[in-house]
Amino acid sequence: MKLFRFRGGVHPEGHKLATGSRPIEVLPMPKRLYIPMQQHIGAPAEPAVKQGHHVLKGRLLAHGQGTISAPVHAPTSGTIIDIVDHTAPHPSGLTVRTIILEADGKDEWMETETTINPFEIDPQEIAVRVGAAGIVGLGGATFPSAVKLKLGDKQPIKTLIINGGECEPYLTCDDRLMQERAQDVVDGIRIMMHSLRTSRALIAIEDNKPDAIEAMKIATNLFDNVMVVPVPSLYPMGSEKQMIHALTGLEIPAGKRSADIGVLMHNVGTAYAVHNTIRKGRPLLSRIVTVGGGAVREPRNLEVPLGTLVSELFEYCGGFIKAPERILMGGPMMGQVMPNMHVPVIKGTSGVIALTKKEITQQQTMACIRCGSCAQVCPCGLLPMELATRSNKGQFDNAIDYGLLDCISCGSCSYVCPSHIPLVQYFNYAKGAIAAQNRDKQKATETRDLAKQRTLRLEREAEAKTRAAEARKAARQAQQQAKQTTPPPSTKPVATEEAAP
Amino acid sequence: MSTITTPFSGPHTHALRTSGQIMGLVLLALVPATVFGFYLFGWPAVNLWLITILSSLLFEAFSLKLANKPILFSLSDGSAVVTGWLLAMTLPPWAPWWIGVVGGGMAIILGKQVFGGIGQNLFNPAMLARVVLLISFPVEMTSWVTPQPLFSAHAPTFLEGLNITFHGYSLDMVSGASSLGAVRTELTQGHALSTILVPHHYTTQNLALGFISGSLGETSAVFIILGGLFLMYKRIFTWHVPVAMLTSVAVLATLFHAMNPERYADAGFHLFAGGMILGAFFIATDPVTSPNSALGKLIFGASLGALDYVIRTWGGYPEAIAFSVMIMNAMTPLIDHYTRPRIYGHTWRGATLKYSEDKLDTVHKSRDAL
Repeated sequence: MKLFRFRGGVHPEGHKLATGSRPIEVLPMPKRLYIPMQQHIGAPAEPAVKQGHHVLKGRLLAHGQGTISAPVHAPTSGTIIDIVDHTAPHPSGLTVRTIILEADGKDEWMETETTINPFEIDPQEIAVRVGAAGIVGLGGATFPSAVKLKLGDKQPIKTLIINGGECEPYLTCDDRLMQERAQDVVDGIRIMMHSLRTSRALIAIEDNKPDAIEAMKIATNLFDNVMVVPVPSLYPMGSEKQMIHALTGLEIPAGKRSADIGVLMHNVGTAYAVHNTIRKGRPLLSRIVTVGGGAVREPRNLEVPLGTLVSELFEYCGGFIKAPERILMGGPMMGQVMPNMHVPVIKGTSGVIALTKKEITQQQTMACIRCGSCAQVCPCGLLPMELATRSNKGQFDNAIDYGLLDCISCGSCSYVCPSHIPLVQYFNYAKGAIAAQNRDKQKATETRDLAKQRTLRLEREAEAKTRAAEARKAARQAQQQAKQTTPPPSTKPVATEEAAP
Repeated sequence: MSTITTPFSGPHTHALRTSGQIMGLVLLALVPATVFGFYLFGWPAVNLWLITILSSLLFEAFSLKLANKPILFSLSDGSAVVTGWLLAMTLPPWAPWWIGVVGGGMAIILGKQVFGGIGQNLFNPAMLARVVLLISFPVEMTSWVTPQPLFSAHAPTFLEGLNITFHGYSLDMVSGASSLGAVRTELTQGHALSTILVPHHYTTQNLALGFISGSLGETSAVFIILGGLFLMYKRIFTWHVPVAMLTSVAVLATLFHAMNPERYADAGFHLFAGGMILGAFFIATDPVTSPNSALGKLIFGASLGALDYVIRTWGGYPEAIAFSVMIMNAMTPLIDHYTRPRIYGHTWRGATLKYSEDKLDTVHKSRDAL
């Protein structure tokens, strides 16, 4: 199949050997799990359990709220010891509502639904079950998968792309998953195809993962409409926009979604979760996490219950051989710095990476020499050095004109910058400021609307009052006239009746 | 439990190349042509080179101090050395010491620091300095010497070299003319090209090798091209500017040469004479003062070449790389503005991309073919 070359891109050193050749290990069940209500894009889930409840493995812990949200389930059996505000796995260090589950050590499953043949049930039903299982995009985007699967009803999805790119350095969780559980992944893909009514799936895998490519080719052998496509190892291949371009030559039109050009992309991990849910009736309770980085004694891939603290992952991997300079969730290109190690693994945690100072290779920022390296590597066709000066000067409209909002924050520009300018930092700042401005504008409009409505309401009320007063006045006058014309009442009861309200 | 608080966006890993290394590679690429210049013009050339670079560094340090910037850290970016070195390469090799000092000062202060320092300047600092020198000191800036290779019979000794640099020399002793200057003078006297080039030994071969009078580091096209190719291989700059510039000159020269070979020199002469090659590989490729996009670079290079050819052929100066570069530097923001790359998901004009249903259908169907 003809592939397309997306613009720019970089070749960061892979660092994948340490973990890519070692089988996935199941992390022993921790004593306590810290399960955040917000592990996805969208509204946070609402607890369905109370302190002191005993729950079985797979039991619903929190309901999703609204269309874009996802429920959360108990990764093991045990007791809810508290619902608290716990540090979120986010650079801000802000808290998130978190259910603390103390494992009882039995790991006892609740009764699950009997198995079904997914190809005999309604495609809609699959999306519903995937939603109920709390599955979100496991590549790291954590967008509720059911919402994407339902898109098949609204517009035809002609090609389903399965992202096995894993272009971030250090991460090998998808690589190992494809090597060890290829059959299940392919089954999940076929279930998704049925749900989307799509007759074509392409599994894109970077060519630095020959073993995964081989395993997936064997697993797809029987299915003509599921193809494994080796793609060049080029960061950010795993980004939706770039992957779609590489495989189809199409670009997602600005401001639109991939479904508008008939394409949908899901991660291999998501496909595996769909398989588990539909075939075995199991909600999303665990995921594979790469524990890596130069500071870790024995890096490897672990299958980890959601809610496990990051510190326990490092402990299981033999602790640190060097003091880590930064703890990241995700890869080193787009991953986020963790405020501390007392934060839980969530659905989108593809890796926890402990980098040494030497690995970060960050140097003192120097002046921009306009060498243009950033523009050469930008996969979106932007001019990062121009965006940076505009973002820094607060010229946000000008920055938008230069395409700031088309930036995917992949970090290729900062990666190559010979002056070590933290470009992504500047862009994120500008994007945040623009979002805040828009929110303020929105708020101002809403306030104005509300104020307007209030004035209108007050006017209406005042008018109603005057009208009522006039009506009463008219009624009184009419009564007085009537009194004058009719003879005065002779008996008391009538008078009391009149006085009654 | 350790607490690590570094609220910092990714990426958390970086490519190894630094701005200082880029400057270092440029200097390395200049070495062969410079050493050849030293060999050709002897100790006075070495003195001038050293003086120009040292004064550039001095003026840079002075400006940094005025601006309250960290002096040693900023000097370590190497940009002042590059500027001084490039300027020295374009100077007459036996020019007096103060040409180097004034040149260094003009380049650093007027060319770079008044704009805000590294990365902020509109014009190539070395070319700006050269233009100032050429207009202010036309005699010193057009006094060429015939090559006096080191260790040859007439080569000045180290002490004689110091004397030449600091006390001047008698022009008639060694005076020569630059190839472009000589040809221009003779042409204005009504001589035909065929009677000029051969007696002066201005064959393409001689010009390319560089055994002729000329600026300190401009005479040997071969060594400069070698350095330029090295930088291209190291991805310091792309092929666009040099290729566009040299092609545009070659096309124009060939065209006019074909019309009147006795009046207009051929492409070989124009490409290898004067500062054309140094300009194409080391001056016009300066990232700060040239466009960013590939298309912009092509426009910049081609216009630069054409301008230089026009001024050389019909203008008031025999050589005009510096003037042409400065004119095109001034055009760079405009070129950059009109040659922005296309943004993903947008058309060239910035509208949202649109695909027809047919196109989408064909693309999706074609994905079945394995």
